[in-house]
Amino acid sequence: MCLCIPSKITLIDKEKNSCIVDTMGVKREASLDLMEVDTLSIGDYVLIHIGFVMNKIDTEDALTSLEAFEEVLSLMDDEELEETVHKGDNCPNE
Amino acid sequence: MNKIDKTVKRLQLKELYSGFRDAEVIKSYAVLIHKLSKNLQKPLNIMEVCGGHTHTIMKYGLKQLLPSNINFIHGPGCPVCIMPKERINHALILSKLPDVILVTLGDMIKVPGSDGSLQDARAQGADVRFVYSPMDCIKISHDNPEKKVIFFAIGFETTTPMSAALINKVVKEKIGNIIFHINHVTIPEAMALLLEDNSHNINAFIGPSHVSVISGSKIYEPFPKIYKKPVVVSGFEPVDVMKSIVMLIEQVLDNRCEVEVEYSRSVSYDGNVQAQKLNNSYFEKREHFRWRGIGDITSSALKLKPEFSFIDAEKIYEAILPTQEINDHKLCICGDILKGKASPQNCNIFGTLCKPSHPVGSCMVSSEGACAAYYKYGDIL
Repeated sequence: MCLCIPSKITLIDKEKNSCIVDTMGVKREASLDLMEVDTLSIGDYVLIHIGFVMNKIDTEDALTSLEAFEEVLSLMDDEELEETVHKGDNCPNE
Repeated sequence: MNKIDKTVKRLQLKELYSGFRDAEVIKSYAVLIHKLSKNLQKPLNIMEVCGGHTHTIMKYGLKQLLPSNINFIHGPGCPVCIMPKERINHALILSKLPDVILVTLGDMIKVPGSDGSLQDARAQGADVRFVYSPMDCIKISHDNPEKKVIFFAIGFETTTPMSAALINKVVKEKIGNIIFHINHVTIPEAMALLLEDNSHNINAFIGPSHVSVISGSKIYEPFPKIYKKPVVVSGFEPVDVMKSIVMLIEQVLDNRCEVEVEYSRSVSYDGNVQAQKLNNSYFEKREHFRWRGIGDITSSALKLKPEFSFIDAEKIYEAILPTQEINDHKLCICGDILKGKASPQNCNIFGTLCKPSHPVGSCMVSSEGACAAYYKYGDIL
Protein backbone atom coordinates (compact mmCIF):
# COMPACT_ATOMS: atom_id res chain seq x y z
CA MET A 1 0.00 0.00 0.00
CA CYS A 2 1.30 3.39 -0.91
CA LEU A 3 1.22 5.92 1.91
CA CYS A 4 1.64 9.60 1.44
CA ILE A 5 2.05 10.66 5.03
CA PRO A 6 5.00 13.03 5.07
CA SER A 7 8.08 12.16 7.08
CA LYS A 8 10.51 14.69 8.52
CA ILE A 9 14.26 14.19 8.26
CA THR A 10 15.87 14.27 11.70
CA LEU A 11 19.36 12.98 10.91
CA ILE A 12 21.49 12.45 7.80
CA ASP A 13 24.25 9.82 7.67
CA LYS A 14 26.41 10.79 4.69
CA GLU A 15 28.66 7.74 5.01
CA LYS A 16 25.74 5.30 4.72
CA ASN A 17 23.84 7.65 2.39
CA SER A 18 20.79 7.25 4.57
CA CYS A 19 18.71 9.31 6.95
CA ILE A 20 16.50 8.95 9.99
CA VAL A 21 12.96 10.18 9.48
CA ASP A 22 10.09 10.85 11.83
CA THR A 23 6.72 9.65 10.52
CA MET A 24 3.96 10.60 12.95
CA GLY A 25 6.33 10.05 15.84
CA VAL A 26 7.78 6.80 14.53
CA LYS A 27 11.50 7.00 13.80
CA ARG A 28 12.96 4.89 11.03
CA GLU A 29 15.89 4.73 8.67
CA ALA A 30 15.52 5.43 4.97
CA SER A 31 18.01 5.15 2.11
CA LEU A 32 19.02 8.25 0.17
CA ASP A 33 20.16 6.23 -2.86
CA LEU A 34 17.38 7.63 -5.05
CA MET A 35 18.18 11.26 -4.24
CA GLU A 36 20.82 13.52 -5.75
CA VAL A 37 23.67 14.10 -3.30
CA ASP A 38 23.26 17.06 -0.92
CA THR A 39 19.71 17.95 -1.98
CA LEU A 40 18.15 17.26 1.42
CA SER A 41 18.59 18.85 4.83
CA ILE A 42 17.47 18.11 8.35
CA GLY A 43 13.91 19.37 8.76
CA ASP A 44 12.88 18.66 5.17
CA TYR A 45 9.64 16.77 4.59
CA VAL A 46 9.92 13.73 2.35
CA LEU A 47 7.88 10.79 1.12
CA ILE A 48 9.17 7.35 2.06
CA HIS A 49 8.40 4.22 0.09
CA ILE A 50 9.70 0.75 1.01
CA GLY A 51 12.66 2.15 2.91
CA PHE A 52 13.71 4.85 0.45
CA VAL A 53 13.26 8.60 0.28
CA MET A 54 11.35 9.15 -2.98
CA ASN A 55 11.23 12.91 -3.08
CA LYS A 56 11.28 16.12 -1.13
CA ILE A 57 7.81 17.51 -0.49
CA ASP A 58 7.40 21.09 -1.58
CA THR A 59 6.00 22.48 1.68
CA GLU A 60 5.35 25.88 0.16
CA ASP A 61 3.22 24.20 -2.50
CA ALA A 62 1.39 22.19 0.18
CA LEU A 63 0.71 25.39 2.07
CA THR A 64 -0.64 27.06 -1.05
CA SER A 65 -3.01 24.09 -1.49
CA LEU A 66 -4.16 24.36 2.12
CA GLU A 67 -4.81 28.07 1.62
CA ALA A 68 -6.77 27.33 -1.54
CA PHE A 69 -8.97 25.00 0.50
CA GLU A 70 -9.98 27.94 2.65
CA GLU A 71 -11.33 29.61 -0.48
CA VAL A 72 -13.28 26.49 -1.45
CA LEU A 73 -14.71 26.34 2.07
CA SER A 74 -15.90 29.91 1.78
CA LEU A 75 -17.85 29.00 -1.38
CA MET A 76 -20.03 26.62 0.53
CA ASP A 77 -23.10 27.75 2.39
CA ASP A 78 -25.01 25.53 4.78
CA GLU A 79 -28.01 25.18 2.52
CA GLU A 80 -25.91 23.89 -0.36
CA LEU A 81 -24.09 21.54 1.92
CA GLU A 82 -27.36 20.15 3.21
CA GLU A 83 -28.60 19.66 -0.32
CA THR A 84 -25.43 18.00 -1.55
CA VAL A 85 -24.74 15.70 1.30
CA HIS A 86 -28.23 14.71 2.37
CA LYS A 87 -30.30 15.00 -0.75
CA GLY A 88 -27.70 14.08 -3.34
CA ASP A 89 -29.02 11.65 -5.94
CA ASN A 90 -26.39 9.13 -4.97
CA CYS A 91 -26.86 9.34 -1.24
CA PRO A 92 -27.29 5.90 0.31
CA ASN A 93 -29.26 7.33 3.23
CA GLU A 94 -32.10 8.46 1.05
CA MET B 1 11.74 36.25 6.38
CA ASN B 2 8.53 36.92 4.48
CA LYS B 3 5.05 35.91 5.55
CA ILE B 4 4.93 32.67 3.58
CA ASP B 5 8.35 31.58 4.92
CA LYS B 6 7.15 32.14 8.44
CA THR B 7 4.00 30.16 7.81
CA VAL B 8 5.99 27.33 6.27
CA LYS B 9 8.16 27.33 9.38
CA ARG B 10 5.05 26.94 11.47
CA LEU B 11 3.66 24.24 9.23
CA GLN B 12 3.52 21.13 11.30
CA LEU B 13 3.89 17.60 10.00
CA LYS B 14 0.29 16.86 10.89
CA GLU B 15 -1.05 19.68 8.75
CA LEU B 16 0.74 18.27 5.74
CA TYR B 17 -1.74 15.43 5.64
CA SER B 18 -4.66 16.31 7.94
CA GLY B 19 -5.41 19.37 5.85
CA PHE B 20 -5.88 17.05 2.90
CA ARG B 21 -8.40 14.94 4.85
CA ASP B 22 -10.51 17.76 6.21
CA ALA B 23 -14.17 16.69 6.12
CA GLU B 24 -15.47 20.22 5.55
CA VAL B 25 -13.12 20.75 2.63
CA ILE B 26 -14.21 17.41 1.12
CA LYS B 27 -17.85 18.49 1.40
CA SER B 28 -17.07 21.88 -0.10
CA TYR B 29 -15.51 20.21 -3.09
CA ALA B 30 -18.62 18.02 -3.33
CA VAL B 31 -20.75 21.17 -3.54
CA LEU B 32 -18.45 22.56 -6.21
CA ILE B 33 -18.57 19.30 -8.19
CA HIS B 34 -22.39 19.27 -8.02
CA LYS B 35 -22.50 22.83 -9.32
CA LEU B 36 -20.00 22.31 -12.13
CA SER B 37 -21.33 18.92 -13.22
CA LYS B 38 -24.73 20.42 -14.05
CA ASN B 39 -23.04 21.96 -17.09
CA LEU B 40 -21.68 18.64 -18.36
CA GLN B 41 -23.45 17.49 -21.50
CA LYS B 42 -22.77 13.80 -20.86
CA PRO B 43 -21.62 11.72 -17.90
CA LEU B 44 -17.95 11.84 -17.00
CA ASN B 45 -16.47 8.38 -16.40
CA ILE B 46 -13.17 8.79 -14.58
CA MET B 47 -10.74 5.91 -14.27
CA GLU B 48 -8.61 6.11 -11.16
CA VAL B 49 -5.69 4.07 -12.43
CA CYS B 50 -4.11 3.34 -9.08
CA GLY B 51 -5.40 0.98 -6.39
CA GLY B 52 -4.37 3.49 -3.75
CA HIS B 53 -6.95 5.90 -5.11
CA THR B 54 -9.59 3.14 -5.21
CA HIS B 55 -8.85 2.61 -1.53
CA THR B 56 -9.23 6.34 -0.77
CA ILE B 57 -12.51 6.55 -2.71
CA MET B 58 -13.96 3.61 -0.79
CA LYS B 59 -12.54 4.50 2.62
CA TYR B 60 -13.85 8.07 2.58
CA GLY B 61 -17.10 7.27 0.73
CA LEU B 62 -16.30 9.81 -1.98
CA LYS B 63 -18.55 8.16 -4.54
CA GLN B 64 -21.59 8.89 -2.37
CA LEU B 65 -20.76 12.58 -2.41
CA LEU B 66 -20.78 12.83 -6.19
CA PRO B 67 -23.64 13.54 -8.58
CA SER B 68 -24.92 10.68 -10.71
CA ASN B 69 -23.16 11.91 -13.85
CA ILE B 70 -19.67 11.50 -12.34
CA ASN B 71 -18.59 7.87 -12.20
CA PHE B 72 -15.44 6.10 -11.08
CA ILE B 73 -13.98 3.23 -13.04
CA HIS B 74 -11.46 1.32 -10.97
CA GLY B 75 -8.24 0.76 -12.90
CA PRO B 76 -5.53 -1.91 -12.96
CA GLY B 77 -3.02 -0.12 -10.74
CA CYS B 78 -2.39 -2.78 -8.13
CA PRO B 79 0.95 -4.53 -8.75
CA VAL B 80 0.07 -7.58 -6.69
CA CYS B 81 -3.31 -7.98 -8.42
CA ILE B 82 -1.93 -8.00 -11.94
CA MET B 83 0.77 -10.62 -11.28
CA PRO B 84 -0.17 -13.67 -13.37
CA LYS B 85 -0.26 -17.05 -11.68
CA GLU B 86 2.59 -18.42 -13.78
CA ARG B 87 4.92 -15.77 -12.30
CA ILE B 88 3.75 -16.59 -8.77
CA ASN B 89 4.48 -20.22 -9.59
CA HIS B 90 8.03 -19.17 -10.43
CA ALA B 91 8.36 -17.76 -6.92
CA LEU B 92 6.92 -20.97 -5.46
CA ILE B 93 9.31 -23.16 -7.44
CA LEU B 94 12.31 -21.04 -6.49
CA SER B 95 11.31 -20.96 -2.83
CA LYS B 96 11.33 -24.75 -2.68
CA LEU B 97 14.89 -25.10 -4.00
CA PRO B 98 17.45 -26.21 -1.42
CA ASP B 99 19.52 -23.44 0.18
CA VAL B 100 17.32 -20.68 -1.18
CA ILE B 101 15.75 -17.80 0.76
CA LEU B 102 12.93 -16.27 -1.29
CA VAL B 103 12.37 -12.63 -0.37
CA THR B 104 9.53 -10.39 -1.49
CA LEU B 105 7.36 -7.44 -0.42
CA GLY B 106 4.21 -7.46 1.69
CA ASP B 107 1.01 -8.74 0.12
CA MET B 108 2.80 -10.89 -2.43
CA ILE B 109 3.17 -13.80 -0.05
CA LYS B 110 -0.63 -14.17 0.29
CA VAL B 111 -1.39 -14.45 -3.41
CA PRO B 112 -2.19 -17.97 -4.56
CA GLY B 113 -0.52 -19.36 -7.65
CA SER B 114 -1.85 -22.57 -9.15
CA ASP B 115 -0.47 -24.56 -6.23
CA GLY B 116 -0.89 -22.40 -3.13
CA SER B 117 0.75 -19.17 -2.05
CA LEU B 118 4.22 -18.31 -0.80
CA GLN B 119 2.69 -18.28 2.65
CA ASP B 120 1.65 -21.92 2.11
CA ALA B 121 5.13 -22.77 0.84
CA ARG B 122 6.57 -21.26 4.01
CA ALA B 123 4.21 -23.34 6.14
CA GLN B 124 5.55 -26.39 4.30
CA GLY B 125 9.13 -25.52 5.20
CA ALA B 126 10.33 -23.17 2.46
CA ASP B 127 12.36 -20.17 3.64
CA VAL B 128 10.12 -17.33 2.43
CA ARG B 129 10.52 -13.88 3.93
CA PHE B 130 8.80 -10.62 3.28
CA VAL B 131 10.69 -7.43 3.88
CA TYR B 132 9.87 -3.82 4.53
CA SER B 133 12.56 -2.65 2.13
CA PRO B 134 14.51 -4.42 -0.65
CA MET B 135 17.68 -3.29 1.15
CA ASP B 136 16.83 -5.75 3.93
CA CYS B 137 18.11 -8.42 1.52
CA ILE B 138 21.66 -7.24 2.24
CA LYS B 139 21.42 -8.22 5.90
CA ILE B 140 19.70 -11.51 5.06
CA SER B 141 22.48 -12.37 2.60
CA HIS B 142 25.15 -11.37 5.10
CA ASP B 143 23.59 -13.49 7.85
CA ASN B 144 23.20 -16.48 5.50
CA PRO B 145 26.39 -16.65 3.39
CA GLU B 146 25.80 -20.31 2.54
CA LYS B 147 22.32 -19.58 1.11
CA LYS B 148 21.17 -17.96 -2.12
CA VAL B 149 18.83 -15.01 -1.57
CA ILE B 150 16.34 -14.55 -4.42
CA PHE B 151 14.53 -11.21 -4.42
CA PHE B 152 11.16 -11.57 -6.15
CA ALA B 153 10.79 -7.96 -7.28
CA ILE B 154 7.30 -6.60 -7.90
CA GLY B 155 5.68 -3.24 -8.48
CA PHE B 156 5.09 -0.38 -10.84
CA GLU B 157 7.40 2.56 -11.54
CA THR B 158 7.11 3.39 -7.82
CA THR B 159 9.15 0.43 -6.59
CA THR B 160 11.38 -0.20 -9.61
CA PRO B 161 14.18 2.20 -8.57
CA MET B 162 14.30 0.59 -5.12
CA SER B 163 15.07 -2.75 -6.79
CA ALA B 164 17.61 -0.97 -9.00
CA ALA B 165 19.28 0.51 -5.92
CA LEU B 166 19.62 -2.97 -4.41
CA ILE B 167 20.96 -4.35 -7.71
CA ASN B 168 23.42 -1.44 -7.82
CA LYS B 169 24.72 -2.40 -4.38
CA VAL B 170 24.92 -6.10 -5.23
CA VAL B 171 26.85 -5.40 -8.44
CA LYS B 172 29.14 -2.67 -7.06
CA GLU B 173 29.96 -4.53 -3.85
CA LYS B 174 30.13 -7.91 -5.60
CA ILE B 175 27.68 -9.54 -3.21
CA GLY B 176 27.64 -13.07 -4.57
CA ASN B 177 24.54 -14.58 -3.03
CA ILE B 178 21.69 -12.24 -4.05
CA ILE B 179 19.90 -12.74 -7.37
CA PHE B 180 16.69 -11.30 -8.81
CA HIS B 181 13.41 -12.37 -10.33
CA ILE B 182 12.14 -9.16 -11.92
CA ASN B 183 8.40 -8.50 -12.32
CA HIS B 184 8.32 -4.73 -12.60
CA VAL B 185 5.56 -3.38 -14.81
CA THR B 186 4.89 0.04 -16.32
CA ILE B 187 1.52 1.75 -16.20
CA PRO B 188 1.19 3.89 -19.38
CA GLU B 189 1.15 0.81 -21.65
CA ALA B 190 -1.74 -0.69 -19.63
CA MET B 191 -3.70 2.60 -19.77
CA ALA B 192 -3.18 2.71 -23.53
CA LEU B 193 -4.32 -0.89 -23.94
CA LEU B 194 -7.58 -0.11 -22.14
CA LEU B 195 -8.20 2.76 -24.55
CA GLU B 196 -7.38 0.65 -27.62
CA ASP B 197 -10.38 -1.54 -26.70
CA ASN B 198 -13.32 -0.06 -28.58
CA SER B 199 -15.80 -1.01 -25.87
CA HIS B 200 -14.16 1.08 -23.15
CA ASN B 201 -16.14 3.92 -21.59
CA ILE B 202 -13.31 5.92 -20.01
CA ASN B 203 -13.53 9.70 -20.48
CA ALA B 204 -10.70 10.83 -18.23
CA PHE B 205 -7.97 9.59 -15.90
CA ILE B 206 -6.92 10.31 -12.36
CA GLY B 207 -3.20 9.59 -12.64
CA PRO B 208 -1.29 7.64 -9.96
CA SER B 209 0.48 9.52 -7.16
CA HIS B 210 3.71 7.70 -6.48
CA VAL B 211 4.30 6.32 -9.96
CA SER B 212 4.29 9.98 -10.99
CA VAL B 213 6.66 11.04 -8.19
CA ILE B 214 9.25 8.77 -9.80
CA SER B 215 8.37 9.02 -13.51
CA GLY B 216 7.05 12.57 -13.64
CA SER B 217 3.80 13.70 -15.22
CA LYS B 218 5.45 13.59 -18.65
CA ILE B 219 4.63 9.89 -19.06
CA TYR B 220 0.92 10.76 -19.51
CA GLU B 221 1.44 13.17 -22.44
CA PRO B 222 0.21 10.61 -25.02
CA PHE B 223 -3.22 10.38 -23.40
CA PRO B 224 -4.48 13.86 -24.24
CA LYS B 225 -2.45 14.02 -27.45
CA ILE B 226 -3.19 10.63 -28.98
CA TYR B 227 -6.29 9.40 -27.16
CA LYS B 228 -7.93 12.76 -26.36
CA LYS B 229 -8.32 11.86 -22.68
CA PRO B 230 -7.47 14.38 -19.96
CA VAL B 231 -5.27 13.27 -17.07
CA VAL B 232 -4.98 14.83 -13.62
CA VAL B 233 -2.24 13.41 -11.41
CA SER B 234 -3.71 13.29 -7.93
CA GLY B 235 -2.42 12.85 -4.41
CA PHE B 236 -3.77 9.99 -2.30
CA GLU B 237 -5.69 12.03 0.24
CA PRO B 238 -9.47 12.44 -0.20
CA VAL B 239 -9.27 16.20 -0.75
CA ASP B 240 -6.68 15.55 -3.46
CA VAL B 241 -9.08 13.20 -5.24
CA MET B 242 -12.03 15.62 -4.97
CA LYS B 243 -9.93 18.51 -6.23
CA SER B 244 -8.70 16.36 -9.13
CA ILE B 245 -12.32 15.64 -10.11
CA VAL B 246 -12.99 19.38 -10.17
CA MET B 247 -9.92 19.88 -12.38
CA LEU B 248 -11.11 17.17 -14.79
CA ILE B 249 -14.65 18.63 -15.01
CA GLU B 250 -13.16 22.07 -15.64
CA GLN B 251 -11.04 20.66 -18.47
CA VAL B 252 -14.15 19.19 -20.10
CA LEU B 253 -16.18 22.37 -19.63
CA ASP B 254 -13.34 24.53 -20.99
CA ASN B 255 -12.81 22.21 -23.95
CA ARG B 256 -9.29 21.57 -22.77
CA CYS B 257 -7.59 18.18 -22.84
CA GLU B 258 -4.22 18.07 -21.10
CA VAL B 259 -2.09 16.59 -18.33
CA GLU B 260 -2.43 18.54 -15.10
CA VAL B 261 -0.89 17.87 -11.71
CA GLU B 262 -3.00 18.30 -8.61
CA TYR B 263 -0.32 16.58 -6.50
CA SER B 264 2.17 19.34 -7.22
CA ARG B 265 3.65 19.22 -3.71
CA SER B 266 5.33 15.95 -4.76
CA VAL B 267 5.09 15.50 -8.53
CA SER B 268 7.08 17.36 -11.16
CA TYR B 269 7.01 17.09 -14.95
CA ASP B 270 10.31 15.20 -15.06
CA GLY B 271 9.97 13.18 -11.85
CA ASN B 272 12.90 11.77 -9.90
CA VAL B 273 15.66 11.84 -12.51
CA GLN B 274 18.19 10.15 -10.23
CA ALA B 275 15.82 7.18 -9.79
CA GLN B 276 15.19 7.00 -13.54
CA LYS B 277 18.97 6.93 -14.20
CA LEU B 278 19.35 4.04 -11.78
CA ASN B 279 16.54 2.15 -13.55
CA ASN B 280 18.10 2.73 -16.95
CA SER B 281 21.44 1.35 -15.72
CA TYR B 282 20.02 -2.08 -15.01
CA PHE B 283 16.67 -2.57 -16.73
CA GLU B 284 15.36 -2.70 -20.26
CA LYS B 285 11.87 -3.25 -21.65
CA ARG B 286 10.44 -6.73 -22.00
CA GLU B 287 8.82 -7.34 -25.37
CA HIS B 288 5.59 -8.15 -23.59
CA PHE B 289 4.19 -9.17 -20.22
CA ARG B 290 0.95 -10.89 -19.36
CA TRP B 291 -1.13 -8.96 -16.82
CA ARG B 292 -3.40 -11.11 -14.72
CA GLY B 293 -6.99 -10.58 -15.79
CA ILE B 294 -6.06 -8.26 -18.65
CA GLY B 295 -3.77 -10.28 -20.88
CA ASP B 296 -0.60 -9.68 -22.80
CA ILE B 297 0.54 -6.05 -23.05
CA THR B 298 3.42 -5.07 -25.34
CA SER B 299 6.41 -3.35 -23.68
CA SER B 300 4.59 -3.17 -20.34
CA ALA B 301 7.31 -4.58 -18.10
CA LEU B 302 11.02 -4.51 -17.40
CA LYS B 303 13.75 -7.11 -17.23
CA LEU B 304 17.43 -7.10 -16.34
CA LYS B 305 19.77 -6.09 -19.16
CA PRO B 306 21.64 -9.08 -20.68
CA GLU B 307 24.96 -8.06 -19.07
CA PHE B 308 23.36 -8.75 -15.68
CA SER B 309 22.20 -12.28 -16.53
CA PHE B 310 24.56 -13.54 -13.81
CA ILE B 311 22.08 -12.19 -11.22
CA ASP B 312 18.91 -12.93 -13.22
CA ALA B 313 16.99 -15.84 -11.66
CA GLU B 314 14.92 -16.24 -14.83
CA LYS B 315 18.13 -16.96 -16.76
CA ILE B 316 19.88 -18.96 -14.07
CA TYR B 317 16.88 -21.22 -13.46
CA GLU B 318 15.43 -21.07 -16.98
CA ALA B 319 15.27 -24.88 -17.21
CA ILE B 320 12.92 -25.26 -14.24
CA LEU B 321 10.67 -22.20 -14.66
CA PRO B 322 7.65 -23.01 -16.87
CA THR B 323 6.29 -20.36 -19.19
CA GLN B 324 2.83 -21.83 -19.71
CA GLU B 325 0.05 -19.30 -19.07
CA ILE B 326 -2.45 -20.03 -16.28
CA ASN B 327 -5.81 -18.30 -16.28
CA ASP B 328 -8.13 -17.50 -13.40
CA HIS B 329 -11.26 -19.45 -12.48
CA LYS B 330 -13.94 -19.06 -15.14
CA LEU B 331 -16.42 -17.53 -12.65
CA CYS B 332 -13.98 -14.73 -11.83
CA ILE B 333 -14.62 -11.41 -13.63
CA CYS B 334 -11.48 -9.63 -12.44
CA GLY B 335 -10.46 -9.12 -16.06
CA ASP B 336 -13.55 -7.03 -16.71
CA ILE B 337 -13.13 -5.21 -13.38
CA LEU B 338 -9.51 -4.34 -14.19
CA LYS B 339 -10.62 -3.09 -17.60
CA GLY B 340 -13.32 -0.94 -15.99
CA LYS B 341 -16.17 -2.89 -17.62
CA ALA B 342 -17.62 -4.35 -14.40
CA SER B 343 -17.81 -3.64 -10.70
CA PRO B 344 -17.14 -6.13 -7.92
CA GLN B 345 -20.89 -6.38 -7.20
CA ASN B 346 -21.40 -7.70 -10.72
CA CYS B 347 -19.43 -10.81 -9.80
CA ASN B 348 -21.39 -13.90 -8.75
CA ILE B 349 -18.70 -15.10 -6.37
CA PHE B 350 -17.82 -11.72 -4.77
CA GLY B 351 -18.01 -12.03 -1.00
CA THR B 352 -19.11 -15.66 -1.15
CA LEU B 353 -16.60 -17.98 -2.79
CA CYS B 354 -14.15 -15.12 -3.18
CA LYS B 355 -13.07 -13.30 0.00
CA PRO B 356 -9.83 -11.73 1.21
CA SER B 357 -9.17 -14.87 3.27
CA HIS B 358 -9.71 -17.09 0.21
CA PRO B 359 -9.20 -14.94 -2.88
CA VAL B 360 -10.19 -16.50 -6.18
CA GLY B 361 -9.35 -13.57 -8.37
CA SER B 362 -6.65 -10.99 -8.53
CA CYS B 363 -8.71 -8.00 -7.32
CA MET B 364 -9.36 -9.68 -3.98
CA VAL B 365 -5.77 -10.65 -3.21
CA SER B 366 -4.34 -7.31 -2.23
CA SER B 367 -5.80 -4.56 -0.07
CA GLU B 368 -5.34 -2.26 -3.08
CA GLY B 369 -7.53 -4.41 -5.31
CA ALA B 370 -11.02 -3.13 -6.17
CA CYS B 371 -12.78 -6.22 -4.79
CA ALA B 372 -10.82 -6.13 -1.54
CA ALA B 373 -11.65 -2.42 -1.12
CA TYR B 374 -15.36 -3.08 -1.75
CA TYR B 375 -15.29 -6.03 0.65
CA LYS B 376 -13.58 -4.05 3.39
CA TYR B 377 -15.62 -0.87 3.15
CA GLY B 378 -18.97 -2.44 2.44
CA ASP B 379 -21.17 -3.05 -0.54
CA ILE B 380 -22.69 0.39 -0.36
CA LEU B 381 -22.43 1.80 -3.84
